[in-house]
Amino acid sequence: MTTRIPILKLERYLLASIQIELDDQTALQFQEDLLSRIKETEASGVVIDLTSVTLIDSFIAKVLGDVIQMADLMGAKVVLTGIRPAVAITLIDLGITMDGVLTALNLEQGLSKLKQELEG
Amino acid sequence: MNIRSCVQVDSELDIVAARQTGREMAKDIGFSEVEQARIATAISELARNIFLYAHTGTICISYLEEEGQMGIQIESQDRGPGISDVQQAMEDGYTTSGGLGAGLPGVKRLMDSFHIQSQSGSGTQITGIKWLR
Repeated sequence: MTTRIPILKLERYLLASIQIELDDQTALQFQEDLLSRIKETEASGVVIDLTSVTLIDSFIAKVLGDVIQMADLMGAKVVLTGIRPAVAITLIDLGITMDGVLTALNLEQGLSKLKQELEG
Repeated sequence: MNIRSCVQVDSELDIVAARQTGREMAKDIGFSEVEQARIATAISELARNIFLYAHTGTICISYLEEEGQMGIQIESQDRGPGISDVQQAMEDGYTTSGGLGAGLPGVKRLMDSFHIQSQSGSGTQITGIKWLR
């Protein structure tokens, strides 16, 4: 059974806070769910909050990077927020760079970054 | 505290089980949150390599103590196809699975020491050690 990550709508944004340890299937299900919700809600921006995530390995990083590009193809901007120091350090150790990905320290800054990005 | 724990890797869910086992042991030994993440991530990558290339294998995590220094050892063992060119596999950016894994150079950077033995046709054995500072 695959766990589903809740995706909330807030004004014209979507908000997903990942609060469980991601296994491969859950990560892929989230990718699909997020794209469907973008279509349904016509959201123009998405915040994925990673405050509670203690591990991002290369597979999860790839799934996150892919969903950001896929959302971009559909016309929605994604910002990643709350990446922990331990996660940032291991990503760099692994040799994974998230070029061109919007990030912010926390949810609040993430939302204002999205607004800036979308309104110019 | 367990001195040695082994996880059989046969499915994607075993990747999570292996890294959780490693994280708990690292925490028990007294590793910081950053070091726990490094250890768990290295295990995740090694377990995924087993799943992707050999389909089945084991990850064993052991408590180490040498000359008063404490550490953790990760051993990944499989009887898969093996790596035909280990030197090439240790180069950054080299992949045979379409970029699903960060590969072995990343795992090496996460650990203090890293040893790989692989033979085409008879499997791969990788040992990584992290010392508590």
